[in-house]
Amino acid sequence: MEKKLSVDHLLGIKYLTKGDIELILSTADYFKKVLQQPIRKVPSLQDTTIANVFFENSTRTRLSFELAEKRLSADVVNFSASSSSVSKGETLIDTVNNILAMKVDMVVMRHPNPGASMFLAKHVKSKIINAGDGAHEHPTQALLDAYSITRKFDVPHLKGKKVVIVGDILHSRVAISNIYCLHRLGAEVMVCGPTTLIPKHISALNVKVEHNLRKALEWCDVANMLRIQLERQDIKYFPSLREYTMMYGVNKQLLDSLGKEITIMHPGPINRGVEITSDVADSGQSIILQQVENGVAIRMAVLYLLSGKSTIGG
Amino acid sequence: MPDKPRVILDSKQLELTINRLCYQLIENHDDFANSAIVGLQPRGVYVSKRIHEELAKMTGNKNIRHGALDATFFRDDFRTRETPRIPDVTELNFNVENLKVILVDDVLFTGRSVRASMDALLAFGRPQLVELLVLIDRRYTRHLPIMPNYTGKMVNTSLSERVSVEWKETEGKDCVKLHTVKK
Repeated sequence: MEKKLSVDHLLGIKYLTKGDIELILSTADYFKKVLQQPIRKVPSLQDTTIANVFFENSTRTRLSFELAEKRLSADVVNFSASSSSVSKGETLIDTVNNILAMKVDMVVMRHPNPGASMFLAKHVKSKIINAGDGAHEHPTQALLDAYSITRKFDVPHLKGKKVVIVGDILHSRVAISNIYCLHRLGAEVMVCGPTTLIPKHISALNVKVEHNLRKALEWCDVANMLRIQLERQDIKYFPSLREYTMMYGVNKQLLDSLGKEITIMHPGPINRGVEITSDVADSGQSIILQQVENGVAIRMAVLYLLSGKSTIGG
Repeated sequence: MPDKPRVILDSKQLELTINRLCYQLIENHDDFANSAIVGLQPRGVYVSKRIHEELAKMTGNKNIRHGALDATFFRDDFRTRETPRIPDVTELNFNVENLKVILVDDVLFTGRSVRASMDALLAFGRPQLVELLVLIDRRYTRHLPIMPNYTGKMVNTSLSERVSVEWKETEGKDCVKLHTVKK
């Protein structure tokens, strides 16, 4: 059987169809099996070279992409902005074209500016995978979140499932991508957080807005807890971390008082004791480590489906 | 325009062939205590299921190991295709280490899928021995030095011909057909 994604690049969930998302999730199932084999490697991309170009710090996304690439037998080159000519004033297009001149087939890029990967896809001849662009999109995270939910409930789509995204929605690319992805798969989505951290027009994306955490948790089947991104906050959005935790932190006591078992997710890195307490993060209700495990399979599926004979330039 | 296909094995002949292949397997594998039958996805699995069922009847052993193997990720034509191939399920619920593995496919043509399957199998461990059983061996079409250990029927074919194996479960009738495509 042969199937193809409707896109040449993975720039955001916004540009994917429901069929694309389902194809990626079902392909990830096969790669998850590969990861459980005694030899966790397949030769599918053995003549492909992939550059991981990270203009922003990342630990797990970069590691997850690198592992996915290596499990597919691709050749991998890593590039980080801090040790590059970017600090000498080189432009994004020049930097990437220089990398491509060394015969690289695909570029996985994280960049602090929203739209950077779209810009690159228009100007360079290579397949681009967005690994996070500013506060815009983080498509592979949304795909692995959706995958983790469908596999947790053992369902093919998310029709009727209620997901709440809690925390710093304003600075979060994970939230935006998750909203698009969950909607495509039929889930209902709510965002919850202090007024200052919820974008003004978020309801235009057809999401419910709730400022009371207890009400939000009572409504949902799954709660995706986002990290408070202190590094992105140039002004104070709430009086203190302690107050944020009191209002929007999830602890065991709160979860137990809900009268139903909800699933807890977190894209990481966790600020233990801020958005969730340790006993919640390590409890049976949390699928945080499954998310990390699924991340490699999802990224293998994305790389596999986007490779193949190139339709772009050389 | 395709010609009317010629039946090269009807349902009775196919049954006899499967039976003979089973007896040949019993000769070499005894009670199958250290053997496993592995069907190659997608179409080899139908042959392996049939053989597995027949062997269970013949030997009385209902616990002969049986699995399905998909070699999509190990194929050599990945980068030359416009669209990626979507894999089928691999189901090997046993450890292949030190087992005698019989790979089963319906039609042996270029030998490339068998090559990929051997690589896919080795990702699960180191079998003691790997054998190949095919229902139809198309002669003169091989791209690689691969020979089956057990053959249902040898057929002389040209590249413009196509062999299809049909099953009761999927096509409603057991038979093997040879299709000729006129240029």
